Amino acid sequence: MNNNTHSSDVIVIGGGLVGSSVAYGLLRQGLSVTILDGADDTIRPSRGNFGLVWVQGKGFGMADYARWSFGSARQWPALRDELQAQTGIDVELMQPGGLHICLSEEEMAQRVDKLRWLESEVGDPAYRSTVLSRDEAAEHLPGLGPEVAGATYSAMDGHCNPLKLLRALYSANIAKGARIHNRMQVDAIRKDGGIFHVSAGERAWQAPRIVIAAGHATQQLSAMVGMFVPVRPNKGQVFITERVQPFLTHPTNYVRQTDEGTVQIGDSMEELGFDDMVRVPVNARIAARAVKCFPVLANARVVRTWAALRVMSPDGFPMYQESDSHPGAFAVTCHSGVTLAAQHVFCIAPWVATGLRPAAIEAFPATRFTPETEVKPYGI
Amino acid sequence: MSNPAIPLNDAPSQLRDLVVIGAGPAGMAAALAAQRRGLDVLLLDEQPQVGGQIYRSITQTDAQRERILGADYVYGKSLADQVRASGLTHWAGASVWQIDPDKTVHVLRNDRTTRIETKSLVIATGAMERPFPVPGWTLPGVMTAGAGQILLKNAAVVPQVPVVLAGCGPLLYLLAAQYLRAGVEIRAVLDTSAGTDWRLAIRHASSLLAGWGYVRKGLGLLREIKSAGIPFFKDVGGLRIEGEDAVRQVRFTSAGHSQQIDCELVLLHQGVVPNTQVSWSLRAEHHWDDEQLCWLPVLDSWGQTSLPGIYIAGDGAGIGGALVAEMQGALAGIGVANSLGFGTSEDGAQQRAQIAQHLRIRPFLNQQYRPKDEFRIPADEVVVCRCEEVTAGAIREQVQLGCVGPNQTKSFSRCGMGPCQGRQCGLTVTEIIAKEANLPPQEVGYYRIRPPLKSLSLAQLAAGV
Amino acid sequence: MASKALFKYLPGHQAGAAGTVSVLVNGAVVRMSPASSLAAGLLAAGITAVRVSPVGQGARAPYCMMGVCFECMVDVNGRPNQQACLITPEDGMEVTTMQAAPSVLDAQEAKHV
Repeated sequence: MNNNTHSSDVIVIGGGLVGSSVAYGLLRQGLSVTILDGADDTIRPSRGNFGLVWVQGKGFGMADYARWSFGSARQWPALRDELQAQTGIDVELMQPGGLHICLSEEEMAQRVDKLRWLESEVGDPAYRSTVLSRDEAAEHLPGLGPEVAGATYSAMDGHCNPLKLLRALYSANIAKGARIHNRMQVDAIRKDGGIFHVSAGERAWQAPRIVIAAGHATQQLSAMVGMFVPVRPNKGQVFITERVQPFLTHPTNYVRQTDEGTVQIGDSMEELGFDDMVRVPVNARIAARAVKCFPVLANARVVRTWAALRVMSPDGFPMYQESDSHPGAFAVTCHSGVTLAAQHVFCIAPWVATGLRPAAIEAFPATRFTPETEVKPYGI
Repeated sequence: MSNPAIPLNDAPSQLRDLVVIGAGPAGMAAALAAQRRGLDVLLLDEQPQVGGQIYRSITQTDAQRERILGADYVYGKSLADQVRASGLTHWAGASVWQIDPDKTVHVLRNDRTTRIETKSLVIATGAMERPFPVPGWTLPGVMTAGAGQILLKNAAVVPQVPVVLAGCGPLLYLLAAQYLRAGVEIRAVLDTSAGTDWRLAIRHASSLLAGWGYVRKGLGLLREIKSAGIPFFKDVGGLRIEGEDAVRQVRFTSAGHSQQIDCELVLLHQGVVPNTQVSWSLRAEHHWDDEQLCWLPVLDSWGQTSLPGIYIAGDGAGIGGALVAEMQGALAGIGVANSLGFGTSEDGAQQRAQIAQHLRIRPFLNQQYRPKDEFRIPADEVVVCRCEEVTAGAIREQVQLGCVGPNQTKSFSRCGMGPCQGRQCGLTVTEIIAKEANLPPQEVGYYRIRPPLKSLSLAQLAAGV
Repeated sequence: MASKALFKYLPGHQAGAAGTVSVLVNGAVVRMSPASSLAAGLLAAGITAVRVSPVGQGARAPYCMMGVCFECMVDVNGRPNQQACLITPEDGMEVTTMQAAPSVLDAQEAKHV
């Protein structure tokens, strides 16, 4: 072929948080990496994150996910330090513990049941949450409203600046010699004599290993290398206020104050296909809920709202799969690219590099789904 | 602390035939044309009175201001009178903060949020000043020439200290002439157009002749300014505005010679550009126009965008001035009426011919007053995003790393994330990326514009329906 | 607070003539015309810088006077970051200038304008 071909050890298809994290993990092990990223104004879920590095409550029904998230939170400081050393960018990781606010006694009771189940399944004394009354929660959350029923607190939880994370990974990858090609839409993958040929229009690349971390394009691309990796969009609306004086040190499930001083508020879950237009009634509900939690925010001004389309699997848990028919092709997908960034760097990348599947991801093969798997709307 | 009352929202109104957003000449004309053909019309504007910016406060002015502002301004009275006489429903102080794909308009007015449902929309939000990023442009004491005109029209307020006018374009000279009539001391006019290159201008000779009325007006203004003996500097470059926390002086070169002028007030102007915030938020199609150096919405011959039932008229469709805006508004109103089955299926040919005639001067003006590259694509040190204080250099750095889109540079630098949501930096960023990445602006694209178009409080958003 | 005024009213339009309202700006009474914007009234009263940038802490003043630059934001009746160029002055209106990021914990019940 008389087009540009670049050889590298691995081609990562997708330059969002998942692709960039895996790429960084590969680069720090000394492999050469090509990253193929999409256009500037496509869906880009990685630009719409809430920014939580969150553990409590995750994995109800699949304790391995709770362990996976917990493990990521524990490795996150190491990731933060490395990225800072590599790029000078501080991704503002703060892990002061987080609170999940409940607005009714019934909600509190359900929440507590869920957390107790998780604690007993996970069986790790460090994996813990505490139940707080409204007044106890208010000690951690200045301005907490009187209508809050209570909260659950976990020292495992925190947050970061997700855009700085994306930028830091991007810069780190460049610094480590990654070749990043923007505005590429991969349309064909084939394997020929142990080498994958990946093409986007007139451009093509070759490598012995590929990672498909392409967000909403993951299913279509995975099918080209014999994998069924079912993903669908799950819409979450989020908005952000102007800067206000610092008042919240702990992130919560609905509201967090960023390192910039802005207050980020969310979120929602809807299954509406590829609709990423912001809807007023949903934002009205989110805003009313936030004002209930923090009446002091009533006059804070909302500067920007957006809808991010989560990359959602049928059960809501990640999919980490190496193709049986096309060994060397890996699909990596989840909807918690912020929390799991550390695992993607320190655990998933070595798996891609060596092919040795770690025990921690045993529960997450894409093969747990078939085209007949019933899809339950997630979180709705 | 008790939960503050969530403001009440008005019950959703009945389905309208047409909502017009913006009560300048285009909006007034569109609303009148539609109403006269039997449509149920609602005219919205965030200002307290009709007039937009060009006819700002026309219903509240006086003889003294009319004399200063001139006949073109006074002409606006006739439109305002027609609106009042027509009984059109006009909501003043109405801030549109979101428009849905089905054309539902979300409005904030008197602290209440309201949802308006309509079959069609005319967006007549007009133009805004082209950003003019130079060192020091965020200092107190720096404003736009448009701001100077608004102060005069709206408040009968003029500079008390000697003012430096910097930039290019007919509106700058118009303001200078108006200030002269008002007795304002103009310390200097700094003309940043690239010199009167008559050889280039001759290419547009036919445009020049066709629009001679406009040109004669412009030459008349220049005569007024020059005969008043105001220092007039040509071919200005390297403009810097300096001061600690207020303007103290400007430095620049003129025809290669370094100059410095002490002053406390600088008014900048290098043309106006369509205010495309609403049209981008709707995801209407736009194209980059190399002659006007801005984004123009793609429109059919009635002014309909790529989104059926949504029209744009006036300077928001492309800069044409107040008379063109009025004609385009009428055309859009007729187009809406036709599409909804009202009226007599007029073909709009007469209006289009008049518009074309009035637009013939534009190629000449665009060439003559083309803003210099250095004032659209500034040096590294210059702040391009006023809200987040991001410099041109920071954007270029991102491009060097491989970012070729304004949404990625926004994500990585915060440029465009502040309260103005890219109004003051969007054009600049597209052009910086285009030049640095050697891509046409069309390919670089623009920010993804999301609601709210105007910020509103959480309590107000909570009341949204 | 009020530095030398960069702007003035045309003769016959002085604030203080018939048809003005009293606005409290940082506690001091400033007379303004209700026919023009709050931003215009502040400028004519010698109040040029009206806010502090929460990013670089520099002083900022009205720039465009038409609602697109968001520089003229002031606190009105306890509500932070209102665009003064879009607000009509009213008797008894309380305006606070030179606010950077507003404090939510000190938020008062907003008075309805």
